[in-house]
Amino acid sequence: MKLRNTACIVFLVFLSVLFLAPIFIVLMNSFKGQFYITDAPFVLPSKETFAGITNYLNGIKKTDFIGAFFRSLFITVVSVFAILLFSSMAAWYMARKDDKLSKIIYYSFIISMTVPFQMVMFTMSKTANTLGLETPIGITVLYLGFGAGLSVFMFSGFIKSIPKQLEEAAAIDGCGPIKTFFSVIFPILRPTAITVSILNAMWIWNDYLLPYLVIGNEYKTIPIAVQYLQGGYGSRDMGALMAMLVLAIIPIVIFYLISQKYIIKGVIAGAVKG
Amino acid sequence: MYKRFSRYFPIFVLPILAAFIISFAVPFVMGIYLSFCDFTTVSDARFIGLENYKEAFGESFTHSLWYTALFSLASVITVNLAAFFLARLLTRGFKGTNFFRTVFFMPNLIGGIVLGYIWQIIINGILRYYGVDITFYEAYGFLGLLVLTNWQLIGYMMIIYVAGLQNIPGELREAAAIDGATASMELKHITLPLVMPSITVCTFLTLTNTFKLFDQNLALTAGAPNRRSAMLALDIYNTFYGGVGSEGVGQAKAVIFTLILGAIALLQLYLTKRRERDV
Repeated sequence: MKLRNTACIVFLVFLSVLFLAPIFIVLMNSFKGQFYITDAPFVLPSKETFAGITNYLNGIKKTDFIGAFFRSLFITVVSVFAILLFSSMAAWYMARKDDKLSKIIYYSFIISMTVPFQMVMFTMSKTANTLGLETPIGITVLYLGFGAGLSVFMFSGFIKSIPKQLEEAAAIDGCGPIKTFFSVIFPILRPTAITVSILNAMWIWNDYLLPYLVIGNEYKTIPIAVQYLQGGYGSRDMGALMAMLVLAIIPIVIFYLISQKYIIKGVIAGAVKG
Repeated sequence: MYKRFSRYFPIFVLPILAAFIISFAVPFVMGIYLSFCDFTTVSDARFIGLENYKEAFGESFTHSLWYTALFSLASVITVNLAAFFLARLLTRGFKGTNFFRTVFFMPNLIGGIVLGYIWQIIINGILRYYGVDITFYEAYGFLGLLVLTNWQLIGYMMIIYVAGLQNIPGELREAAAIDGATASMELKHITLPLVMPSITVCTFLTLTNTFKLFDQNLALTAGAPNRRSAMLALDIYNTFYGGVGSEGVGQAKAVIFTLILGAIALLQLYLTKRRERDV
């Protein structure tokens, strides 16, 4: 038994190395001169091929990576806050009111979750254009709309398990619905709020097509900046691409290591309910 | 207190409802209508009946449909087998389980575009020894996407299986062991039936995730060679934006795509409900 356990652990360590290898390969290549990458991507940089941080400087300049980083951060943070606030408010109202209109809205939200983005991408970008939403602020409105399904669904599930007596007690004490929601309900929603934030943040941070179609011409986010380096096939700067891949991964890894516990819990909750 | 609630509808529901109508509801309804029209911008739409649908089932769409279906099937099998196997290993109470879980799950957080380029450099690096690259045959793109998807999704599904396995009471396994059940009997008669809910969830998650795959496909091969490795979502995108004049056909393809995913969702709902009734 002991031998088998050791064998298992050796196997798991081997697999971990295999899982981390792709990231290591990209990291290693990001320090090589751009013409040495395609020829021998699995070789460590040598004295001759080592390029220092040239690739990073080139890539940052070519893609305006710093701008893209802060744009991605801004869009993600604002959208997640908007989704958190408005989807929890709507979920509470609709769960408690429970009339025909609420049900219609609720099920429309749910159905929207199964519809692929390609179905609405053309008409949505035209609508956004007409309404002047093609700015980093405007796009958060679109994310609020697309995020409504999953978020309202998750909040609703939790709200239905909260006893109404709690709210009724607050009402007797003279709280109106707004005060009741923010002082009694919202604090209880915390675990679901964390899950909803993480699921939406992961989606919006990595999203490519929606921002590309709506604001891509003027404002690049990180995924758009990476794709932008592709250019015409063959003419692209491989070194800059490797460096930008590394810079795109770093914030995700940091975020993951800090909030790993919540991310894993959130993903399980999201998967089982979605 | 809920009687006078309606007055608060504008505060509680209207903001997200308005955003939903702008970003989803109106474009969705417009999309259905436009799939029966010839148009290049929305305002010049002209009703042409089912023409777009007839044209939609051309070579590229049928090919991408098969390509996607086959790819999803291959992904569902490989990802879930690997994830289940890993989950079993990680629920045996080793030291360092957390570390392995952290490592295996990490690729899931990386965005599709970045994933695509990471694997493009690796796969091209390997194929280089044979004097080719990923754009030579559609099978290379298929296998490349399969490896990429496994790297991305195994950790994700593994986490769900771990949660499912941990829900199985230890006494059940002990009782089976006392009754002299072998490891394979235990797996077949105790573990598998009890993690069935997780298997359903993971199967459908993999299925819908791979059916909708776009970013990874765009970054890894962009459909090369000659759009032969383009999956459904990319084929629809190419139809819309690949040239002026076929927007209507693109929209018709998108409607068909939506119907397929709707059917998958209904099937999942049916299977989940049926099990809840049986239990």
